[in-house]
Amino acid sequence: MQRIPRWADVVLVPIISLALAAICAAGVILAIGQDPMEALNTMVVGALGSAYGWGYTLYYATSFIFTGLAVTVAYHAGLFNIGGEGQAQIGGLGVALVLLFIPWPHWSVALLAATLGAAAFGALWAAIPGYLQAKRGSHIVITTIMFNYIAYSLIVWVLVDVLRPAGQAEPATARFPAHLGLPTLTEIPGLSAIFTDQVPANVSLFVALAACFAVWLLLFRTPLGYEIRAFGKSESAARYAGINPTKIIIVTMMISGALAGMMSINNVMGESGRLLQNASEGAGFIGIAVALMGRNHPFGVVLAALLFGFLYQGGAEIGLWTQIPIDLRVVVQGLVILFTGALDHMVRMLLGLFFRRRAA
Amino acid sequence: MDYATLLQLLDSTVRLATPLLLACLAGLFSERAGVFDIGLEGKMLIAAMTSGAVAAISGSVWIGLAAGIGASLVWALMHGIASITFRGNQLISGVALNFLASGITVLVAQAAFGQGGRTPPLSGNARFGAITLPFAEALRDVPILGPLYFEVISGHPLLVYVAALCVPLTWWVLFRTRFGLRLRAVGENPAAVDTAGVSVTRLRFAAVLIAGVLCGIAGAYMATALQAGFGREMTAGRGYIALAALIFAKWKPWAALYATLLFGFFQALALRPDVVTRVTTLDIPVPALEALPYVLTVLVLAGFVGKAIPPRAGGEPYVKER
Repeated sequence: MQRIPRWADVVLVPIISLALAAICAAGVILAIGQDPMEALNTMVVGALGSAYGWGYTLYYATSFIFTGLAVTVAYHAGLFNIGGEGQAQIGGLGVALVLLFIPWPHWSVALLAATLGAAAFGALWAAIPGYLQAKRGSHIVITTIMFNYIAYSLIVWVLVDVLRPAGQAEPATARFPAHLGLPTLTEIPGLSAIFTDQVPANVSLFVALAACFAVWLLLFRTPLGYEIRAFGKSESAARYAGINPTKIIIVTMMISGALAGMMSINNVMGESGRLLQNASEGAGFIGIAVALMGRNHPFGVVLAALLFGFLYQGGAEIGLWTQIPIDLRVVVQGLVILFTGALDHMVRMLLGLFFRRRAA
Repeated sequence: MDYATLLQLLDSTVRLATPLLLACLAGLFSERAGVFDIGLEGKMLIAAMTSGAVAAISGSVWIGLAAGIGASLVWALMHGIASITFRGNQLISGVALNFLASGITVLVAQAAFGQGGRTPPLSGNARFGAITLPFAEALRDVPILGPLYFEVISGHPLLVYVAALCVPLTWWVLFRTRFGLRLRAVGENPAAVDTAGVSVTRLRFAAVLIAGVLCGIAGAYMATALQAGFGREMTAGRGYIALAALIFAKWKPWAALYATLLFGFFQALALRPDVVTRVTTLDIPVPALEALPYVLTVLVLAGFVGKAIPPRAGGEPYVKER
C-alpha cells in the first residue's frame, strides 16, 4: 500500500472519513424525503448558534469524553469494550447511593465521593467480563453486550422496587439534596458572562478534561500504560516480556469501566439530580465512535467528543423542529464508526493514490 | 409443573429458537470462512423492518420475505466490502452496521408509516400462518407422544421448518461438498487455499452473503411470523445471543441446533414468570426474568463451553503476497 505523510494520516483521514459519513447521512435524509441542508442548518443553529446551544453541546461532550476514554483505554490493550453503556448506568447507581445515603456538607466533597462511587461501580461492572475473558476465555465483546442488557434490567429493578420513594409513581430515586447540585457553567465566575441562560453543562466538564490528561499520563508515561499498550500490540510478545495477561485484561477493563461509570457525575449528579431509567441515553455506545474518530488518543477523544456533542444536541434539535426522527443520531453514529473504524484502509488507499500522483 | 405447561414452554422454545438458529447458522458460515460477524443483529433488524414494511404494503408475505432477504444482503455486502475488500476491522464493521440498522429502521418506518417507528400490524396473507403437519390431529390422542407432536412439533409457521431443514443442509454443504471444504479451509488457512488457485475473496464473499440470506430469513420471521409487524429494536440482542450459541456449539451445525434450542428455552422461561415462580417457589421480580436469557448466556459462555477453538484465521483479513 502507498505510504502517506503522517500529517495526512492524522488530519486528512479523519476529516475525509467524516465527510463520507456526512454524505451518506445526507443520502439517508434525502431518501426519507427530507431536506439535508435544512437539517444541517437546524443542527448548526441549535447546537452552536448560541451560548445556550453550546451549553448543551458541552454537556453531551462531557459524557462522551468519559465514554470515549473508556473505549480508548480498552482499545490500547486490544480489548473491545462495548459495555460502556451498562457501565455508565451502573456508575449512575454508584452516584445515587453515595449521594442519597451519606450526608455531605458541600458539593465539592460530594463530587469527589460521587466520582469515586461512580468509578468503583463502573469498574466492578467491567471487571466481571474482564475476569471472564482472562480466566474463562469468554468473548469480551459478547459478555460486555450481555452486561449492557443485564445492567438495564438491574437498574429497572432497583428503581422500581428498591430506591423508589413511597408514593412516587415514576421509576426514579428521590432527589439528591439541593445543596449538592453541581455548579453549571452559568454559575461559574467568568463563564457566567457568556452563559446567561441556564444550561446543563457543569463542572464535570473540568473533571472530564482532567481525566483526559490522566489517561494520557497513564497510557504514555507510566509502566502500566506501557504494559497495556504492549499487550495490545502483541499478546505473545507481552507474555514473553513477563507481562501478566490476566492482570492486564482485568485492570484495563476496570479502568475502562471506571471511566465509563464516571460519566454519571455529569448526567446523574449534574443534570437530573436523581437517578432515572436509561440515564446514560446511549452515551456509552457513542464512546465507540468517539474513540475511533479520536484515533484512540486522549486528546483526539476531546475533539471527537465535541463533534459528537454537536451531533447529539443538533440531533435533538432536528427531532424537535423537523420531520426527521431523533434516531438520525444513531445513523450518523453508525456511519462514523463504519468510515473511521472499518473503512479507514479505503480512505488511506484513496489518499495514497492522490499522494503518489503528486509525487510522480 | 404439569405436562401441558411443559408442552407450552417447549412450543414457545421452538418459536423463539428459530431466529436464533437461523442467525447462528449465518454466523457459522461467516466465521467458518474467517469473517467474524457481530452484525447478525443489524442484519436481522433491517430484514425485519423491510419485510414488515413490504408485507404491509404489498399484502404478500412472500414479497416481504424477499425484500427482507434483499435488505439483509445489502448489509452483508457492506460488511464484506469493509472487512474483505478493504481489510477493515471485522468487529468494528459489524458494530457500525448494527448502529446503522438500529437508526435506519426507525427512520424509514417512521417516514413510511408515521407510527413512531413501527410498521402496521399484519394479518392474513401478509403473515406466515401456522402449518399443521400431517396426522397431527389424528395422533393427538396417543398418550405423551401425541400431544408432543401436536403442540411442539406441528403448528408452527413455515419458516420454523425451513430453519430446521437448514441444519442438515448446512452440515451437507460444509462437510460434503467441495465448496464447503474450501470454505472451511479459507477460515483456517487462507494462504493454502490461495496457493491452490482458489479465490479467497470470492469464497469469503460467498460465505458473508449466505449469512446475509439466513439473517434475512431470521429477520423476516421475527416481523411476519413470530410477531405481526416490526417494532423498534425488536431483535433485542438475538444476534449476540446467536453468537454466544455459536461459540457454545463450537462452530458445528447440529450443535448449533441444540445450543439455540437451549437459548430459546431460556427466552421462553423469561416469558412465563408464573411458571418460574411456581417451580422455584420464589417471588422473582420481572426485571430479573427479563435479564435471565442474558445472564444464562454469560454463564454458559463462562462455564460450560470448555475449550472452544474458533477457526484459526477468524478475524484476520487476508493479505495476498506480503
